[in-house]
Amino acid sequence: MSFLQFAFYFFAMILIGAAARVVTVRNPVKAALYLVLAFFSAACIWITLEAEFLAIVLVLVYVGAVMVLFLFVVMMLDIDVARLREGFARYLPVGAVVAVVMVVELGVVLTSGRFSSASMPRPSGHGQDYSNTREVGLLLYTDYVYAFELAAILLLVAIVAAIVLTLRRRPTTLYQSPSRQVRVTKAERLRVVRMPSESRGKENQGDPS
Amino acid sequence: MIPLSHYLVLGAILFSISVVGIFLNRKNLVVLLMAIELLLLAANMNFIAFSHYLGDLAGQVFVFFILTVAAAESAIGLAILIVVFRNRRTINVQDLDRLKG
Repeated sequence: MSFLQFAFYFFAMILIGAAARVVTVRNPVKAALYLVLAFFSAACIWITLEAEFLAIVLVLVYVGAVMVLFLFVVMMLDIDVARLREGFARYLPVGAVVAVVMVVELGVVLTSGRFSSASMPRPSGHGQDYSNTREVGLLLYTDYVYAFELAAILLLVAIVAAIVLTLRRRPTTLYQSPSRQVRVTKAERLRVVRMPSESRGKENQGDPS
Repeated sequence: MIPLSHYLVLGAILFSISVVGIFLNRKNLVVLLMAIELLLLAANMNFIAFSHYLGDLAGQVFVFFILTVAAAESAIGLAILIVVFRNRRTINVQDLDRLKG
């Protein structure tokens, strides 16, 4: 068994175990942490497939941003886990049977020889001076540049949508309006009152002490 | 060497685990979103395996876009989740049976 084979089966085992824990574990925080482990193992497998750029993107973007967002949300919400787990044990046998049947069906189709080593041999791999990031970038900024810009717009829309959805105007909170503060005129703040002058009262006329 | 079918079977196992996760956790909105992330990971695994074995980088570009869309999806999904929790004090899917706010 070569090192590559050992690495693949090792990471695949961790990946499957972590994925199974994600969907069965009781605590959503632990589920998020197992999902981090699953993404990490998947990134390691992608490195064995010479997709280094995407592996690093998976770790940085997914583990670094999306999963931290998940953890934030899970910890922010006060979730009643017991009520959410109702019916879990009841559906577990059915779910397990469906999963096993699906895996067996797909396994029969996929291992039928069309994708075996003989009909689709593994490429020998690239040399030391091959840069996966450079090649993906060359493809991304030439053939797929419109899709790339659409993805940028999609992310912008997602940012705006997420902010607009969660922005909350509380009626009890006091806000400053800088534009109104700047535009204020003297007439709005100061009122000059014309009134006749008063004469001093008799009692104040004596000694000032 | 590792045949391509092993990578595809790995993707199939991941896919079925996440489908079962959607079955089992159909009341918990957070775990549902996590199961969808796993499902997309299984799809990405197949894309990258085929991209390597066929020597065509287009598969990796597609995975790049899938990652983009999945990140946007989970961000908006979690935002909706927060709004739902703020209004209803629950994330149980069965309690969310009213469209009228």
